[in-house]
Amino acid sequence: MKKLVISIVLVNLLAACASKPVETAPPTAPKGEEHKVEATTGGATTGGATEATAAAPAQTEVDPLNDPASILAKRSVYYPFDVAAVQDADKPVVQAHAKYLSEHSNRKVRLEGNCDERGSNEYNLGLGQRRADGVKKMLELGNASANQLESVSYGEEKPRASGHDEASWSQNRRTDLIYAK
Amino acid sequence: MKLRILQSVVGLLLLAQASMASAVLNIEIIGAGEHQIPVAIVPFGGDSKLAQSINEVVTGDLQRSGLFRLVDPTGKSPHEPAEVSYPDWQVRGAEALAIGTVAAQTNGRIEARFRLLDVVKQTELIGQAVSSSENQTRAIGHRIADLIYEKLTGDKGVFSTRIAYVNRQGQKFRLIVADSDGYNEQVVLSHNEPIMSPAWSPDGSHLAYVSFETGHAAVYVQSLYTNQRTVLANFRGSNSAPAWSPDGKQLAIVLTRDGSSQIYLIRPDGSGIRRITFSGAIDTEPNFSPDGQYLLFTSDRGGSAQIYRMSVDGGPEQRITFGEGSNFSPRHSPDGKSFVFAHLINGKFHVAIQDFQSGQITIVTEGGWEKKPSFAPNGKLILFASEARGRGILATVSSDGRVKQLMFTQSGDAREPMWGSNF
Repeated sequence: MKKLVISIVLVNLLAACASKPVETAPPTAPKGEEHKVEATTGGATTGGATEATAAAPAQTEVDPLNDPASILAKRSVYYPFDVAAVQDADKPVVQAHAKYLSEHSNRKVRLEGNCDERGSNEYNLGLGQRRADGVKKMLELGNASANQLESVSYGEEKPRASGHDEASWSQNRRTDLIYAK
Repeated sequence: MKLRILQSVVGLLLLAQASMASAVLNIEIIGAGEHQIPVAIVPFGGDSKLAQSINEVVTGDLQRSGLFRLVDPTGKSPHEPAEVSYPDWQVRGAEALAIGTVAAQTNGRIEARFRLLDVVKQTELIGQAVSSSENQTRAIGHRIADLIYEKLTGDKGVFSTRIAYVNRQGQKFRLIVADSDGYNEQVVLSHNEPIMSPAWSPDGSHLAYVSFETGHAAVYVQSLYTNQRTVLANFRGSNSAPAWSPDGKQLAIVLTRDGSSQIYLIRPDGSGIRRITFSGAIDTEPNFSPDGQYLLFTSDRGGSAQIYRMSVDGGPEQRITFGEGSNFSPRHSPDGKSFVFAHLINGKFHVAIQDFQSGQITIVTEGGWEKKPSFAPNGKLILFASEARGRGILATVSSDGRVKQLMFTQSGDAREPMWGSNF
């Protein structure tokens, strides 16, 4: 009986070695949770930015991006169900960011499209990409340069709210503008 | 009588066993098949000495299929044909009887010798030995259940097949492959960014999937034997929805590098990329027909998401779902005569099957958050993502809608399931 137990353990050990899952390095992109801040002090939300980098040395001139009273403090635009076009109510927000980007060519922004859960995950990945690309196009029309912009989609994978109701869904149908430090 | 020794099952599963034999699952069965075959399974001689009872696996498999009524063997325990008194089993209403013995071999392997007997005709239907390493006794049980299932129903069993799914727990995402009953988990990939859309290679050796670990959706292909993986597609925007051709020589994927989500073909080594849809709409979730000639896919080119069909060579694209609601995630049945998909109507997702020839749609679930259906390799069961008690779970339904089972994994949400296509 003792022998049996020992050999089982050995087999398990061997097997455990054989199939160590792939553990990838911590992702470089920010986590969804970090995006939830709509009005931040400096848009320090990219590249695994930490609190320390967010509190980086202040610039001598005031960056309007850091002004919580500015329209630039709005970093999300929202959509009706299964719609990817920027809504009229949100156009001034996108246009203000376009103007800011055109005047600050060193600034880069990441556009993250998101969806509610009503659709397949893959369909929503496509819809979220279309939302992000729509914002990107509008920023380009406002003279932001393509090399300042990156558009990605999380589909329904990173919901801000988790309920199966319109109150949650309306928050999840959005594109976030995430400024790189 | 010929006793064949099968050692087939086990090589593939060695790896699988590793992560844990433990994933405690709670499985609930709802409904029953129209005609249940009464079968008695006598616990094999020696079964009680095993750490993992083979009897428990065999009876669990057969019961979950909904096609069998398990006749209570209490009081009788024959292990050899000479010990069987057929009238005892006729009285209990059994039509078939499984008996056998199981023992550790000198080489440390476990071997079960079992027979399936026809109680009415008093003949032997199967006599076979199945063996495995000591920590693989569940595989022996699944193999025996497959043999019984095939002999008594005429269809191949799928108890030894594998499934893949994504487990989400807070910020943690894990890509998991497991036995078809959810046990025997192997963690393929684990990190804090979303994982989506696992797709089995036709021989079951590789998984393609979507991972967001670089900050956007990219497609990877990973060996389940060596865990080595390669980046299949990592263009700007989103790279997603991998689907293998039946010969394994190419995949269909979805890219947004040229605008909206469009379908492309690519070889498994990442070469030979070629765009095949040009709609400007969202074209996604491609799935090859079993003969490799056609693709089903989801598109919103008509206004709402519907299912379309096209030739792999880029032939005409034809809409094949109509009516109210929208439709997603098409998958061909193994015989190519129908397809399963997620049907969204009045705010609820249902699993539905459409027959190619008649166009008739059969909705096989009552509706809820039922997404991402895929057929078992025998076409008799459908695996899908569902929700119960506030958690994402795996569920199966028989293709006639009669038997449903809910599989509660240990913790977190189960998402994006995909049944392996090979037996």
